[in-house]
Amino acid sequence: MDQPIETHEHNREGFTVTLGKESPLKLDCGVELGPFTVAYQTYGTLNAERNNTVLVCHALSGDQFVASTHPLTGKPGWWHILVGPGRPLDPDRYFIVCANVLGGCMGTVGPASKDPNTGHPYGLSFPVITIADMVRAQAMLIDHLGIEKLFCVIGGSMGGMQVLQWASMYPDRVYTAVPVGTAARHSAQNIAFHEVGRQAIMADPEWRGGQYYLHGTTPRAGLAVARMAAHITYLSEAALRRKFGRKLQDRKEVTYGFDADFQVESYLRHQGITFVERFDPNSYLYITRAMDYFDMAAEHGGVLAKSFKGTAVRFCLVSFSSDWLFPTNEMREIVHALNAVAADVSFVEIETDKGHDAFLLDEPELHMTLGGFLSAAAERAGIGSP
Amino acid sequence: MTGAARSPAHGIEVQQTGFRVDLRLIADMIAPGARVLDVGCGDGQLLQHLTRNRDVTGRGIELSQAGVNACVGRGLSVVQGDADTDLRDYPTQAFDYVVLSQTLQATRRPRQVITELVRIGRHAIISFPNFGYWRVRMSLLTQGRMPRTPSLTHKWHDTPNIHLCTILDFTELCRDLGVRIDRHVPINSRGRVAPLLASNRLANLFGEQAVFQLSRRTDS
Repeated sequence: MDQPIETHEHNREGFTVTLGKESPLKLDCGVELGPFTVAYQTYGTLNAERNNTVLVCHALSGDQFVASTHPLTGKPGWWHILVGPGRPLDPDRYFIVCANVLGGCMGTVGPASKDPNTGHPYGLSFPVITIADMVRAQAMLIDHLGIEKLFCVIGGSMGGMQVLQWASMYPDRVYTAVPVGTAARHSAQNIAFHEVGRQAIMADPEWRGGQYYLHGTTPRAGLAVARMAAHITYLSEAALRRKFGRKLQDRKEVTYGFDADFQVESYLRHQGITFVERFDPNSYLYITRAMDYFDMAAEHGGVLAKSFKGTAVRFCLVSFSSDWLFPTNEMREIVHALNAVAADVSFVEIETDKGHDAFLLDEPELHMTLGGFLSAAAERAGIGSP
Repeated sequence: MTGAARSPAHGIEVQQTGFRVDLRLIADMIAPGARVLDVGCGDGQLLQHLTRNRDVTGRGIELSQAGVNACVGRGLSVVQGDADTDLRDYPTQAFDYVVLSQTLQATRRPRQVITELVRIGRHAIISFPNFGYWRVRMSLLTQGRMPRTPSLTHKWHDTPNIHLCTILDFTELCRDLGVRIDRHVPINSRGRVAPLLASNRLANLFGEQAVFQLSRRTDS
């Protein structure tokens, strides 16, 4: 059937829509934002009952191109393994929505967007945003699409934080919530790694106090180093050893210099350089900050269970055994909180040596778990199979 | 049920329904539409039966990751967890029934586990192998070796069963804990309910395993 949706400009960023025209978005920092642009992608069709929407929330370096070719890199969507015909998130069954987060750089308003008051890019005058702000913006998009209740909110890492926030803030609008490889608060260790990344960006002379846009430059080196440091945290020691070990890069022996002698160095440099091509350094500052500020229990007197009191949302949590960025024990804390309110919760830890990155990779156990959970829930919700 | 093809856990005889005999008894004790927590739910056989056929709202806790993943893949709400440590999270009287099948003897603190079960559920249903069973006694007496029976299949050095008890022991513990025994079903070696084993002493001798339904004593 036809989507009863007012479609907007469909350009490089996918669909874009201007939200907050009538009433602005009240951010946690106190600033009112609006009108503002949100860029999003959709896959599949909203059914007549309007009950088959799956909102996919992306991670720090992700975007709305969850299952379609990325316009800048030409690579397949970041979760094409899970989203597609015959896969756990099947567009023949679900209406799948993924929006670029607030503060992002793929079409949704962020520090690189033009500030209507000055006519220049915001830079650091862009307000600091939180995970809850991102979710409020997504809720405005879902309102705009004419959808009352989501069948599922799903996401990994920072996407998982948004899933938890959705379930806590809008329990009546969420049927199932699937947080993957995430936590209810950002740990000291994770804040520390983010700070290294931010300092690398701000220490780059090309950063120019965040207004590099006006000088036609960008702190490439800083952002690349930030990405390199972060990328280490997405892997595991075992995965690094398996993939690279101490193998040398295109040479027989070390060069007694500071070239990328080792394959692991070459790999990280590549990760850093390619990231610069598609990501705004200031967006990196803002989004990492949003993650750092995330602490769901804080607004409930430190008791996480209170975030979910009386919830009817069905949860399925997934962690990965070798993920040391969002380790299983942090997921288990969420499970304990959900048990304390007798919530409907499933929790699976998947054995893998691939570290945090496992959520983006081909993990058959992940597919089996999500497939089983989602199709059982869809049956209960009365969503037909394709 | 597809359970007929499964090998019976702990070697206990499987009936024609495709169910481990204690699970069949447990399923019959549970009222339709009830809220059920299955502690140590394995691959979810009981939960799936109850959800499909008895309109039960089911949850499970399972220690083995393989069991949890299988359950969630089948659409059951199951978390990876440990009966010894994770029951305290659940609110009081959150469930109508809490089931602990063939797991009590593998817990580190059976006293606390039983106390938690009757706190979380209005009813607790527990099945366990009876160490007072005559073949267990005979095996130790005549062979001088650690007993192995159809419901106690492990060797002494690799058994998960660290707190085995007899029906009399269990009854005594319930009395000590102030827990009320609402039903008590001994099961004989052919995996059938033994109606003649009404007396505790006979049940303790001829019951290979037992299913107990307990509740928290309201006057204690």
